[in-house]
Amino acid sequence: MGIHIKGGHLIDPANQVDKKSDVFIEDGKVTGIGKAPAGFKADTTIDASGKTVMPGIIDLQARFREPGLEHKATIASETRAAAASGITTLCLPPDTTPILDTPAVVELIHRKNEAAGFAEILPLGALTKGLAGDELSEMYELKQAGCVGVTNARYPVAHTLVMRRAMEYAANFELTIFLKPEDHSLTKGGCAHEGRISTRLGLPSVPEAAETMAVARLLMLVEQTGVKAHFCQLSSAKAVQMIHRAQHDGLPVSADVASHHLYLSDMDIGYFDANCHVMPPLRDQRDRDGLRAGLLNGTISAICSDHQPHELDAKLAPFCESEPGMSTLDTLLPLSLRLADEIDISTSQVIACLTQHPARILGLPIGQLGLGYQADICIYDPEAHWTVSPDTLVSQGKNSPFMNWELKGQVSHTLLAGQVVFQR
Amino acid sequence: MKNQDIQLDSQGRLRHFLTIEGLKKPVLTDILDTAENFSTVGTRNVKKVPLLRGKTIANLFFEPSTRTRTTFELAAKRLSADVINMNISTSSTTKGETLLDMLRNLEAMHCDMFVVRHGSSGAAHFFAKHVAPHISIINGGDGSHAHPTQGMLDMFTIRRHKPDFTALRVAVVGDILHSRVARSQIHALNTLGVPEVRVIGPRTLIPAEPDSLGVHVYHDMKEGLKDVDVVIMLRLQRERMQGALLPSENEYYRTYGLSREKLALAKPDAIVMHPGPINRGVEIESAVADGPQSVILEQVTNGIAVRMAVMSMVLGRPGDEQEAG
Repeated sequence: MGIHIKGGHLIDPANQVDKKSDVFIEDGKVTGIGKAPAGFKADTTIDASGKTVMPGIIDLQARFREPGLEHKATIASETRAAAASGITTLCLPPDTTPILDTPAVVELIHRKNEAAGFAEILPLGALTKGLAGDELSEMYELKQAGCVGVTNARYPVAHTLVMRRAMEYAANFELTIFLKPEDHSLTKGGCAHEGRISTRLGLPSVPEAAETMAVARLLMLVEQTGVKAHFCQLSSAKAVQMIHRAQHDGLPVSADVASHHLYLSDMDIGYFDANCHVMPPLRDQRDRDGLRAGLLNGTISAICSDHQPHELDAKLAPFCESEPGMSTLDTLLPLSLRLADEIDISTSQVIACLTQHPARILGLPIGQLGLGYQADICIYDPEAHWTVSPDTLVSQGKNSPFMNWELKGQVSHTLLAGQVVFQR
Repeated sequence: MKNQDIQLDSQGRLRHFLTIEGLKKPVLTDILDTAENFSTVGTRNVKKVPLLRGKTIANLFFEPSTRTRTTFELAAKRLSADVINMNISTSSTTKGETLLDMLRNLEAMHCDMFVVRHGSSGAAHFFAKHVAPHISIINGGDGSHAHPTQGMLDMFTIRRHKPDFTALRVAVVGDILHSRVARSQIHALNTLGVPEVRVIGPRTLIPAEPDSLGVHVYHDMKEGLKDVDVVIMLRLQRERMQGALLPSENEYYRTYGLSREKLALAKPDAIVMHPGPINRGVEIESAVADGPQSVILEQVTNGIAVRMAVMSMVLGRPGDEQEAG
């Protein structure tokens, strides 16, 4: 079974490729770049002229709402949306129902994923049993079952001793710990960034310190335990600076940012637009610029979707009473590409933040198109314009804050292990 | 800002009344002038005008309130509208019935206007965004966001005593952070041209970015009250003692309560206001609340005229029928 991707512009940052180049695939693997391997026979030829060919996107955080909240979305619906958006690998946090803290739940997710094979799901195991923050989960078992890291998601680990031991134990099995930095006593009931907008609208607010306090505490523990730590979805400029300093000091820490935090600020809440209710909250313009700066200087190495699809009703409530979260799978690639137009970053660097870097954070041999690598591939038309609307969003969640934005860059083909899982 | 015009119709007239922020000075002056015309209705033998005859107004109160609801009810009745009161405990909305379900049910009762009070900031905007186009929403207080009719009745009361807004120094004292009344007052005072609006309170009860409201902040009450023309006291919610915002009522009274001595720092003819209900001995001394400078009861009386003005302006827009049709 040979596939010939013909005439496309290949961008593969891990291999420093950024030029017109054909790609040849056999048995789900890349077997030729530029020229066909000996004896290659194309069963399928994909015409990629005028298009960009890149490794499939690795999204470090997306929720499918399954198991537990299937009325919002399912693994089938959301991996289909992922495929339509050029995403081939997604990390699933453990705050499912049941909670992903046993190998049995990992199994369940793998089975569901096999049945709906539009993208590969990499589960993150719970750091503590039931995410309750008290007892360690069976991290070894979770790793054996296929978890690529551990995290307590948005649930607090109030006891510093428990967090320290969890880090030590995770380090024992070389598991990366995914940290969502939040001091819950400072967040307490807040739903908007503490600043000008929350002051004007009278919204219960989340101060910047809710993030920076947690980052400071966690960095101290990372330093002591030596665990490989990944900070998820930073929202404040100050946190970026703290991580930057820690990296400079040689700590094994990485960080990502959600695409919406690179574009929106609390100003976008306008008069209580519930689609802008998200955690961590949209902060102010300076924070947005600080996150972009962090991406430029490499402190933040990955862009993720932090996709959280909702049914319509979830957002039909006054701002704070609406459920937090945004539907962002469909917009991840075009919004990331748009950065090259807005700040001093190349398309190749942006693509690295979606492929090579998240692969490095996960420590997996994916996110590149070297010879012998699995053929997870995204092909997009860089000049195609489309408008975000409930009809153009493939995700079952229509809760996008980018409604009516005109975006550039549209996926035409997605291949997962050499299989075409989406074509437009 | 998105949706800024949601409360105005295509001709710039009020179709909802959700917040004072963003409204232009002539609109506010119009409300005050109209209220002036209505202010004598309550003193007549027949306390009614037929302006809203045949209209139905529903008071939807998701938060308990006696005074505000009563003045809205009286205002509607004096305009000859039919009124229904619904006290909706928030528990009924958590039983699976969404706010929107409830809204659709109420729409089916053929009301023309909903007066909404709700504990969540943005609730009035939410209703206005989703209500059928022929129904108007009046914000009777939403969370810590806005209480625009209270704000306007306070402006009405100030204007009666101090007709020139551009010559005033006004201080709002107390829990600014949680106060929808303060936010509405501040927007109104700034729009009407008051050159100096001060807020006075402990740092734990002042919001993060008071500059964005256009006010000067004082933490020392004695300094903040110096030479002001109007002192507006805010009600202190007793639950503020929990959550480590304040240590005790006693200490609050000593630091931010309005006593006769502190009032003496304001201008001699300064007026004292309070949106009620008063916690005597917590935010204000009885002798001040009942004293010669207090206009607190006038505020209550004026509340009816101002609410009549707002209701009649919102529901009585000539030419509105064609527009809606």
